[in-house]
Formats: sequence, structure tokens, C-alpha cells
Amino acid sequence: MVDPNAQSSAVQNLKQRTARKGASKGGVVMTTQINESELEAQFAATIGAKDRIEPRDWMPEKYRKTVVRQVAQHAHSEIIGMQPEGNWISRAPSLRRKAILLAKVQDEAGHGLYLYSAAETLGASRDELTEKLIAGKQKYSSIFNYPTLAYTDVGTIGWLVDGAAIVNQVPLCRTSFGPYGRAMIRVCKEESFHQRQGYELLMTMMRGTDEQRASVQESVNRFWWPALMMFGPPDDDSPNTEQSMEWGIKTHTNDELRQKFVDMSVPQAEALGVTFPDEGLKWNEERGHYDFSTPDWDEFWSVVKGNGPCNDQRVAHRKRAWDEGAWVRDAALAFAENSAVDSAPTDSPETPTADTADTTAEEAAK
Amino acid sequence: MTNEPSIHVDHDEAGANIEHGDHENAYSGLLINDEHWAFGTDFEDPLAGVDTTVPEGVNAQDLAVYCQMLGDDALIFSQRISEWCSNAPDLEEDIALANIALDLLGQSRLLLARTAAADPSLVPELPEGSPVPDEDRLAFFREDLAFRNVRLAEVPNGDFAEAVAKILIYSTWRLAIFERLQSSRDTVLSAIAVKGVKEMSYHRDFAGRWVLTLARGTEESKSRLLTALEGLWPLWDELFETHPVEASVAAAGIGVDPAEVADEAGVILDQVFAAAGIERPERGALAGVRGQKGRDGLHTEALSKMLADMQVVARQYPKGQW
Repeated sequence: MVDPNAQSSAVQNLKQRTARKGASKGGVVMTTQINESELEAQFAATIGAKDRIEPRDWMPEKYRKTVVRQVAQHAHSEIIGMQPEGNWISRAPSLRRKAILLAKVQDEAGHGLYLYSAAETLGASRDELTEKLIAGKQKYSSIFNYPTLAYTDVGTIGWLVDGAAIVNQVPLCRTSFGPYGRAMIRVCKEESFHQRQGYELLMTMMRGTDEQRASVQESVNRFWWPALMMFGPPDDDSPNTEQSMEWGIKTHTNDELRQKFVDMSVPQAEALGVTFPDEGLKWNEERGHYDFSTPDWDEFWSVVKGNGPCNDQRVAHRKRAWDEGAWVRDAALAFAENSAVDSAPTDSPETPTADTADTTAEEAAK
Repeated sequence: MTNEPSIHVDHDEAGANIEHGDHENAYSGLLINDEHWAFGTDFEDPLAGVDTTVPEGVNAQDLAVYCQMLGDDALIFSQRISEWCSNAPDLEEDIALANIALDLLGQSRLLLARTAAADPSLVPELPEGSPVPDEDRLAFFREDLAFRNVRLAEVPNGDFAEAVAKILIYSTWRLAIFERLQSSRDTVLSAIAVKGVKEMSYHRDFAGRWVLTLARGTEESKSRLLTALEGLWPLWDELFETHPVEASVAAAGIGVDPAEVADEAGVILDQVFAAAGIERPERGALAGVRGQKGRDGLHTEALSKMLADMQVVARQYPKGQW
């Protein structure tokens, strides 16, 4: 089920890039025989100029692996991320909120699609990556290994978890690998929408009953620290950061982004009327930032290593859905092969990738 | 993380004008109200601004109950389909099933709002000062005996073959009714039907193509499809039985007698079966209890369980704001 849009997008982008390069570098890409060191120099120059690396460009094998790993991890996070909020679709307390929640979880499936397509441009198929996920060989964001214990968590996840994700992801719109960066432009727009919805839900609940306000505070207490951990381990304990920054895959360190998130969140909490569960949280005039306590990194590593409250449950859910769907995917393939009819509905008309090529070409042109 | 929550309730306009200049700021605009702030948050009443006057010569209570029947079908079926979220065979199907559930949910909101506008006495009462809107009172504060959906909408989900077979049956039946309902004398119902016809044409197409794919895919997919159809078939006849309220609204020119569309729906389904190379199942109709079925509020054991789950949070906060 290779997404044809992903390919056409890649081709378009390649053309665009070729045109740009041709203008600036005298048609280097047309040369057929280039030795390894020249290729490396060209790659480094592209990175240095903050230009994009495209799927058909030469790239160091380690770069390719790193990008596939990061994009796959991101795609998996979107798909696994459907579960904690999906847990409350059936129980959403109003029809309007049910529609908003279902649409949001559906968007996450869409994000997963864009990202798996981006990984596919480097030859890693969705099936292969999914198999790695359910075999526990690839990871996803640890935040989704925390349980959702109240409908209120839908709002808190929107506000804090999507908020943290945006802080992480906005810089990725300029990441060096083209298809990933362009997918992120779209993902970020929708994430920011989700974040507003989450905050709006909490705001509405704070205007409701005492029980509702207590529920908001309880939920924020549970998600604050896991949200801070979403930026990853502290810089001195983050083995991949340095190389990823050098390659322009990552553009800010974990601690920089974490600080940014804390600084943004405090005024939001005040406006909402909730507190964060951290005695050490206070404004530092000298630094121009909020000071905050150290997250519980033991808990973080324990969750990363598979002992979080929901690790097994999340992967088992994904595995069950994937395994139970195998006969359907087989049937679609068999139908397409056996039949002269070319209308196997394996790509629904609603698949939101149809106009990605145009959007991203425009964005890239800017 | 063990600090006691301390709750501030001064939630008013504090900070409403805080602006974050940095365009990369995830929170930019979060405290500012603008028209397109967030989807679904800009309206409360799905029929806001619509003239809900009951047409002359129409029994308002019959109109209200009829809308409730159609609204309950859509709500309960939407609830079932939404259970597929994160469980579908692949991402494309997950997205498509969520779309169908969302369309039906939208239809149910309009229909239940029409019920409340036509006959407010049908709306459950809540404690004084409860801000819960009518559509939610109807959805979340009725017992199963007060739901009037057909039983097809409520039966528990099976495998993916069961899902597409059920959607095909439901949308074939419902589309035939909505096509006629477009000319209802009630302008609200007519508008709801016009919107619904577009949506359900897609649902029927999606399900029909999958039925074809499964029938002509592998041995396993064909056998699963046949099992699913066999299991659902006893619910087919109920779809075309005329309840007295349906007879009354049909006579008044605002509703459709489902018996009228039985032949047409049957022919369409037979065409799909023929293209798929399968036979229409032969199974007797599921009996009622003392003749009573879904439209009379007599359901399968599955409905009250579904409602217990669906209604639990709403009922926990009868004065809650959402």
C-alpha cells in the first residue's frame, strides 16, 4: 500500500530542488560520476546552507538510519497516541465533545500516515516499521505509556502533551530531511488546533462545578511531570543529540526546549486557575526564566525501558489490531491481483494526503 | 507529584490579552478569542438560527418522536462504529470508519435537537440550573427503554467483515429513506436529509466496495463475510416495519413509511450481492417481545450495556459544563 501521493510529492520536491541547485551550483546534480568524498562535501554543504536533503540525494548511511529511526518513532507515537484519548471516545460527556474527540483521534491516524509516507521515501515501508513497533524494536513517545483516568485527561493532554509536542515539533519543520520537514508543517498546524481544543475544554470545566475544577487540577497534577519528560533526558545524558544537531535533524537541545515549555505554560496555568505540582517552580529574574525542580529521571528511564503503567497494554493493543487486520489486508491484495477491477478501496477518498504535494511544494518555495 | 491540588477559581478574563510575539510559540493566541479559535467550540445549539416552527397540520409530538427514532438510529450506530477507532485493519480504514461515525453523530445531533424543539416534554429533566443542552439530555439521560433505534444499530461489533456488512445494510436502507425525506414538509427534516444523502452515499460506496473486495479476495475473507451477513440478516426485516408514528408522519407528508423503500433497498443489496458473487442469506426475522421491537423501546441486551458506558461521565456531572 505505497501511498502514490508520497511518491509524487517526492518527485516534485526533487524537481524543485534540482532547479534551485542548478541555479546556485551550476548543475552539480547532473554529474553522474562523483566520488565518495565529493558526495560527502556536497551533503555537508547542503546541511551547512540549511537546505533540505531529499530522498534521492546521496546521504551518509548513518544519516539515513537516524532519519528513519526518528520519523518512524514519530509515526508510531501518533498511532499509539490514538489509544489514551481513544479510551474516552465512548464516554465523552456531550455529543459535541464526542465529535471533537473522535475527529482529533482521527487526525492522529492522519499524522501517522504522513509520517510513514515520509519514512517510505527512504525505503522503510509502513508494514516493516509496524512490525518493528509491535515487536518492541522501535519506540514511541513515553508519554503514551501513562494512563488516562478521567475524561478530563483529554483536555490536559491537549493542553500540555500536545503543547509540549508542538514545542518539540515546530523546529522540525526546518529539519534537514525534506519530506519529514514538510510533513511536520502540516502536523504542527493540526496539533496547535488540538492544543486549543484541549485548553478550551479545561477552561470550560473550570467554569463548571467544584467537582469539575477538582478534576482539572487532579489531571494536571498527573500530567505535568510526564509532559516535561517529553523533551527527553537532560542534555548531558542524551547520546544522540550532538550528531543529530550537527546534521540539522535536531535544531535545539532537550533542555532548551524544556525550559521554553515551562516558561510558556506557567502564565497559561494562571489564566486557567490551576497550579503545577512543583514547589520549586518560581520566576528567576536573573536568568529571565522560570526555575523548576528536576524531573524524576528514574521514573523516566523505567518507563522508557518498558515498565511504564501502560507499555504492555499499548503495544498489545496495536499488535492485536494489526494481527486481526491481516486477513483484510491480504484480501485487498488478493482482490487487486485477481480482479480486473482496479477499484479496491484500500485508499479511502478521505485519506488526507491528497493535497500534501501541493501544500508542501508551496511551503518549500517560500 | 503528590502535592495537594490547590484550586483557584478566578478564571475570568485574567491574561486574556497576553500575547506571545514569537510565531514559534505553541501558545500564541491561546488566550485570545477569535472566531475560528477551535473547531466545534463556536456553537452550542446545532439548530441555532433555524426556524423550527412545526408545519401546519402536523402533530408536533409525532414529529418529535419520529426525529427521535431517526436520531437514535444515527447516535447508536455512530457509537458502535466509533469503537473501531485505533482498531481497524489499517490506517486508511481507521480514518474512513471514524468519518462515518462522525457523519452519523452529526446527523443525530440535528435530529435530537429537532426532537427537543418540536416537543420539549420529551427532554429529560435535570436538577435546577443544569446547563446540559437538550441534545445531551436526550442522549445521556434516557434509559434504554426510551431509546427508539432499530436493533441493527446496537448489536455488538464483530470483525471487519461484520462492520462493512452492517454499514452496507444500514446505509442502503437509510439512504432510500433520506432520499424521500428530502421533500419533507418539515424544512428542518428536509435539510437534514439533504445533508445526510451526500454523506450516506459515501458510506454505502465504502461498504459496498469492501463487501465486493472481501467476497472476491481470499477464501477466508469470503467465509468471514458470509458469516457476518448470516448473523445480521435476521435484523433486516425490522428495518421495513411501519411503526404507528411512522405511519402518521408519512401520512402528514413529513416522514417516510419504511415499508415503502423495502423493495428498492432489497434490489440494491441484491445488485451488490450479484456483483460479489454471493447469495442473499436465508434467515428468519428476529422476533420481538410481545410484538415489540427497537422502535417501541424494546432492545437487545447489548443496548443497556452500551448506554452504561456512553452515559457514565455525563451522569456523574448532571450540572457539568462541557
